Amino acid sequence: MNRRSLLVLVLTFAFSASVNAAELNIEITRGVDNPIPVAVVPFAWEGGVPLDEDIAQIIGNNLQQVGEFRALSRANMLSMPSEEREVHYRDWRILAQQYLVVGKISRVPGGQMVQVQWEFFDINRERKVLGEVLTGSISQLRDIAHEISDVVYQEITGRRGAFATKIMYISAEGDIGNMTYRLHYADYDGRRAQILLESREPIMSPAWSPDGSQIAYVSFETDLPRIYIQDLASGQRRQVTNFPGINSSPVWSPDGSKLAMVLSKDGSPDVYVLDLATDQLTQITDHPRAETEPAWTLDSRNVLFTSDRTGQPQIYQADLSGGFPERLTFDCFYCAKAQFLPDGVNMVHVRRATRQDNTYSIAILNMQTGRVITLTDTALDESPSVAPNGSMIMYGTTYNGRGVLDAVSIDGRVKFRLPSPQGDVREPSWSPYLN
Amino acid sequence: MGMQISNMFRTAALALTIAGMAACSSTSDTEEMPMETNDTAAADAAAAAARAEQQRMERERMEREREEQAALNTTVFYFDFDVAEFQPSDRETLIVHARNLASNPNRRVRLEGHADERGTREYNLALGERRANSIRDFLIVNGASRSQLETVSYGEEQPAVRGQTEAAYRQNRRVEIQPAG
Repeated sequence: MNRRSLLVLVLTFAFSASVNAAELNIEITRGVDNPIPVAVVPFAWEGGVPLDEDIAQIIGNNLQQVGEFRALSRANMLSMPSEEREVHYRDWRILAQQYLVVGKISRVPGGQMVQVQWEFFDINRERKVLGEVLTGSISQLRDIAHEISDVVYQEITGRRGAFATKIMYISAEGDIGNMTYRLHYADYDGRRAQILLESREPIMSPAWSPDGSQIAYVSFETDLPRIYIQDLASGQRRQVTNFPGINSSPVWSPDGSKLAMVLSKDGSPDVYVLDLATDQLTQITDHPRAETEPAWTLDSRNVLFTSDRTGQPQIYQADLSGGFPERLTFDCFYCAKAQFLPDGVNMVHVRRATRQDNTYSIAILNMQTGRVITLTDTALDESPSVAPNGSMIMYGTTYNGRGVLDAVSIDGRVKFRLPSPQGDVREPSWSPYLN
Repeated sequence: MGMQISNMFRTAALALTIAGMAACSSTSDTEEMPMETNDTAAADAAAAAARAEQQRMERERMEREREEQAALNTTVFYFDFDVAEFQPSDRETLIVHARNLASNPNRRVRLEGHADERGTREYNLALGERRANSIRDFLIVNGASRSQLETVSYGEEQPAVRGQTEAAYRQNRRVEIQPAG
C-alpha cells in the first residue's frame, strides 16, 4: 500500500488554445433584487472569419455573474451601434438601460494582432464616460474582455474589478483506492482550465505568491505530505520542506518574504514561518494540541491560526515577534480556517455554530463590532478564498454528493456556482491582482 | 478442531484397550498381579490425564493463536467524531499488535490516520495525525519499538467510503495499520 504507483505530471505553463474539457461552467443560484441594467452590444468585427471569442458576451456574463448587474438580451436591442456616432440614447432609455458598452475589433495589418476600440456610456446622463483602444494577440480576446469588464465594473461601482484574476483548485476523480488528483489553474470563472500537476496521491492547499508568479501546495507524491513551490512561467518546482510528520498549509506573507506553514516534526502540528531569503525557520506556536491553518494579517506581522487547545477548534492570532496568542472566536462550537478580507477588519472563516447544528458555513466576523454574518446555508462549506477586491468569496461545498465550488458576495446576497462535469472539485484559491 | 477430536478418540480407544488387557490378566492366580495391574492402571490413567491436559493446553494455545491472528487481521480502528483517542474496546487488539511487533523486530508498519469530511481540510489533516499518534504511542507502551512504526495522516483526502451519511463518516474516521517497507 505504501509503494503505490505514482504518476506526477507537471505541465509547463503556457497559454494554449486547447481548453480542458472538464472546465467549470457558471450557474447563478441567487442574485440581488434590483440589478443595474447594462447593455453590451456585440462588438463589430471587420476581419471576415468569425472570432473564437465573443467579447460582448464575456463582458455581459462577467457583470451578471457577480449578481449586481443584469445584461440586456441581444434579441431585445433596438440598434447595434459599435461607436459613439451610432449611439442613440433613446434606443436604450426605452429599454430602461442605465449603461451601454459598444466596441469594434479590427485586425492590425500584418500579423495576429487585433485592435479593440470600445466605449462606455451613461444613458441617464446621455454622455460617454470613457473610451479606449486595446491591442493584443487574437488569442487574447478573452483577456481583453476581462480587462474591459474590470474597467466597467470600477466605473459603475467605484471598486476595482477582479475579472482578470485566476483561480487554482484541486480535483479528485476515480474510484476509491484508484483516485487521480489534479491541481488546476483557470480564469476566475473556471474557463480556460489547465492542469498544473497530476498525481495518484492527494494534493492539497494551493496558495499564490503575492505577485502571482509562484504557487505553493502540498503533495503526497512521496507518500508523505510535503510542501512544494512551483514557478508558473517555467513550470520549475522544488520541494520546500522534508520534516518528519505533517508538512502542510503553505501561505505567503503579503510582503512575499516569508512562507507560513504547519509542521508536526516535534510531535504535534504547530505553525512555523520560513524566511524565504535566509531559509530561517521560526516556530510561532508551541502547544501539544493541533495548531494549523495559518493566515497572515495584512501587515505581515501576525498570523491567524486554528487551534483545538480548548477542546474544540477556535481561531487565534499570534504575533511573529512572540507573546501569548490571542483567542479571537468564542461564540461557536467550531471556528476554523480564518483569513482577513482586504479591509483588514472582517475575518472570513468556517463556522459551526453549535454542536447540535451539524452544519459548516462560511461566515464573516467583524473584528471591530464583533458582529458575525453567516454567508452560506449549505452543510459542508470549507476552504474560503477571497477575491483580491474583497467583493466575493469562493469556497468548496458539497452538492448532490459531489464537491463543487461556489462563490458568494461578502454581503451574502449574490451566489454563483462553478459545477464540474465529473469528480470532486475543492479548495479554490483566488489569485491576487495579476495586472 | 477435527484433528483434536480424532486425537481424543484415539487416546480413549487406547485407554480402553489397556484396561481390557488388565482385566484379562486379573484372572491370573498370582497375588502380585492384581496389585501390579492396579499400579499399571493408575500409571496409565495418570498418563492419560497428562495427555488430556496437554491436549487441553494445545487447544487453548491454538485458540489463542486463532484469536491473535484475528486481532492481527484487524487493521482498521475507528474513532468518534473529532476525537483523537482510539476506542477502549480496541485495547486488547492493539496489545496483540504491539506484542507481535515486539516479537518480530524486523517487522515495520505504517499507521495511516484519516478523518471524515466534516470540518476544514487542514484541521482534519492534524486530526488524522493525532489519531495515528494515539495508536502509535499505545503500541510503543505495549512493546513495539518506535523504529518499527511510521505515521502519516491523510486527513479527509482518502475516504474509505463515499457519502454524507453518519454511517459513511463512521467508516472514514479511522487509522489503518499497513505494512511498511
